[in-house]
Amino acid sequence: MKYAKDNIQEIKADVFKPSRRDFLKAGSLLSGGLALGVSFWSCDSKGAKTALFEPNVYLTIGTDGIVTIMAHRTEMGQGIRTSLPLVLADELGADWEKVNIEQALADEKYGDQNTDGSYSIRMFYKPFREAGATARQMLVRAAAAKWKVNEDECSTAKSEVLHTASGKSISFGELVEDASKLEVPEASEIQLKAVEDFELIGKATPIVDGHNIASGKAVYGIDAAVEGMKIAVVKRCPVVGGSVVSFDAEKAKAIPGVLEVIEIKGPGLPATLSKPLSGVAVIAENTWAAIKGREALEVEWDLGPNATYDSDQQIAELKESVKKKGTDRRVRGNFTQAKASAKKVIEHTYVAPHLAHATMEPPAALAVVKDGKCEVWAPTQNPQGARDVLAEELGMEKGNITIHVTLLGGGFGRKSKPDFIVEAALLAKESGYPVKVTWTREDDIHHDYFHALSVQRVVATIDSQNKLSGWNHHIAYPSISATTDTSVLQPSVGEMMLGAIDFAYQVPAIQIETHDAKSHLRVGWLRSVRNIPQAYAICTMLDEVAEARGMDPVQNILDLLGEDQNLTFAEEITDGGYPNYGESIEDYPWETARMKAVIKKVAEDANWGRKLPSGSALGFAAHKSFLTYVACIVEVKVNGSSVEIPNVYYALDCGTGVNTDRIKSQFEGGAQFAASFALKSAITFKEGRVVQNNFDGYEIIRMPESPKNIHVHIMESTAKPTGVGEPPVPPFAPALANAIYAATGKRIYEMPMKW
Amino acid sequence: MAEYTLKINGKSYTTNAPEDMPLLWVLRDLLELRGTKFGCGAGLCGACTVHLEGAAIRSCSFPVSAVGSQAITTIEGLSENGDHPLQKAWQEHGVPQCGYCQTGQIMNAAALLKQNPKPSETEVEKAMQGNLCRCGTYTRIKSAILSVSND
Repeated sequence: MKYAKDNIQEIKADVFKPSRRDFLKAGSLLSGGLALGVSFWSCDSKGAKTALFEPNVYLTIGTDGIVTIMAHRTEMGQGIRTSLPLVLADELGADWEKVNIEQALADEKYGDQNTDGSYSIRMFYKPFREAGATARQMLVRAAAAKWKVNEDECSTAKSEVLHTASGKSISFGELVEDASKLEVPEASEIQLKAVEDFELIGKATPIVDGHNIASGKAVYGIDAAVEGMKIAVVKRCPVVGGSVVSFDAEKAKAIPGVLEVIEIKGPGLPATLSKPLSGVAVIAENTWAAIKGREALEVEWDLGPNATYDSDQQIAELKESVKKKGTDRRVRGNFTQAKASAKKVIEHTYVAPHLAHATMEPPAALAVVKDGKCEVWAPTQNPQGARDVLAEELGMEKGNITIHVTLLGGGFGRKSKPDFIVEAALLAKESGYPVKVTWTREDDIHHDYFHALSVQRVVATIDSQNKLSGWNHHIAYPSISATTDTSVLQPSVGEMMLGAIDFAYQVPAIQIETHDAKSHLRVGWLRSVRNIPQAYAICTMLDEVAEARGMDPVQNILDLLGEDQNLTFAEEITDGGYPNYGESIEDYPWETARMKAVIKKVAEDANWGRKLPSGSALGFAAHKSFLTYVACIVEVKVNGSSVEIPNVYYALDCGTGVNTDRIKSQFEGGAQFAASFALKSAITFKEGRVVQNNFDGYEIIRMPESPKNIHVHIMESTAKPTGVGEPPVPPFAPALANAIYAATGKRIYEMPMKW
Repeated sequence: MAEYTLKINGKSYTTNAPEDMPLLWVLRDLLELRGTKFGCGAGLCGACTVHLEGAAIRSCSFPVSAVGSQAITTIEGLSENGDHPLQKAWQEHGVPQCGYCQTGQIMNAAALLKQNPKPSETEVEKAMQGNLCRCGTYTRIKSAILSVSND
């Protein structure tokens, strides 16, 4: 029996916290070592290079007054290219309409660029405010000196410094030269704006890419192009861990437009979170020729040890193993005693299938390898990570690798893995062409880093006082860690953190156990990760607990949350404490008061308890993930075996809400994303291969059956901001199941749901 | 291989392509009109939607040899400056998240409104059911379309 002693850092890469010192230091690197990170260039003879005020790596202001803010995080639909730069712009007092947003290359000078785990705003809100405020203070200092007035009589707005008393104003551009000569203020001198002075933070700001997207000008990875570019389509081994025995390229090369056929050597097992699968690539003049060439290609495979894998059989086996004693992961009190003295015991097993990300843009990347250098255009969530892997695979210094981050046509965790980028780079190196690798939809469905299937058994006990006296949660799923170490059989503490060992309810006996589940596929992470099956099991079981206690489901949860308090779990967790999404529990406590507040608010908004016609009902679930508190109510109208979802209600507390419209859109989209796996999607394996091929076999929700109205309430807060990309997902499916139960009397223990 | 002269967005393009090459790849790879997106290659997701004589087709499953002299409109040609009422509504309603499927959504919606300028909510849902959005922007797509049809 083995499980990885890792933590969330290993799953989600480093949680690097840039301090003010870090980014100022970084700024000095950028500006060629000039003191304190302030750089200044005169116009050259051609006038091509304007002078720049560059107080930190995220901001430059030209003498032309143009404010450029670096978007160093990846845009994949969450709106971060808009929402993080606006934080800096607000503190600076920039004219947002005229701010230029520039996508950053992969570079440590920007700090963490791994766009994953719903932490962009959480990690960079403060540094971006400080970056903006620092620049503002320097511009104000320059203006005040010019005018011979006190700095505290000056303010900024619309990219100008204003002196209210005299009515004077001067543009940022005119201050660039003077401001650049000033010393960067000490940390203690930085004065952040008062909340009531925010112009952008806390309001609804449209995304900066809206027009380009609507007019077809937005450039995704699959749209990248350079002169002389060729297209590669790869035939990959259908079973993870298999390899190429031999291949015959003759028929492929006979297809007009096919140029080269090149083998890509895979790592075998472990498949890793970065390397390409074993396969044979067809490089052609265009995508169609490459696809036709691949069809004609003949490959003999050694399918390896996973060739007999059958996912239905694995589920059947896991249903048996979760009945046994597992490895204790969190223990409070004595569950055995609680069960022995219980008045009522409820026990169920919950099953969820493998899922594919199915981003609308399939993986695609363009690489040019020339003169010992590599240049890549890729839709990557993790540009620095991709660069590091390329350095290793190509045997190059990191400094010789340039990663341009395009827009992502969806990410959801898939595009944090650079395997498809490595394919492009290896093929570019081998062929000498600039190569764009394009995955077809079938490739994407067959060869994803899947969200792994899950089998969980929960035993809840109710005592003679009608209290929930015991909670025993058994969990089995192939671990993400097994993708890099095949000996790992049980979930890591990082995976258990995602909605299992942070079980937040006041129950005297808690026993959370895990069981072996061997991985036969590439397991990755998908939007909210293990929160999906863990929240499903917990929140649907708690609905049954409410019924058994004769309580309203909302009142039951409020009761189980108990008094207002900050929870800690660390001392009850058997393997190394509670990771708390990479933050200390002191900085980001688990506050029951905030959870109760969102629950009460959503109940109010949904008019919980209202009478609905027969066949219609409301269902409720609440789940905290990625440090954000979420409560959800789903309204259903059940017609036989189908369901309409007229309304979804969310209340959430993510601390300070930076861009309210993008928070709402993440929750709207999160409900739809969850509706897909709750009602439609499943990946199954037979003989080691994925059974589904495209959107006919692997279904995602379509407009007619999708939730019709999604109401999102953001709690007013000045607390530190937390993530919103993933938190809407976990509570939706259990709220839906609870609603279907309320409408039909049928409990649902398996996703996608049938009743 | 054959030579095709295609009428796209009011312009004439001549290109050599095998007759079974889907219009999608002619547009994207041969003519560098990349606003039309590849999603599934099987007519299942609608990301590649363009107009053929004003009607929505899935260009990923439409061979170039079947186009003939019929006029094609892609997202690049839907309006002069990206200011078709739907393109404006898409921005006003903050529809796009990642945006990848949205050119196909807009082309499909534009064909719908040409056929049926005042669709009901149910008619919109039915007409748009072939266009997938993984980010889940369906509620805003619907309100953007209805806002244009109500103008």
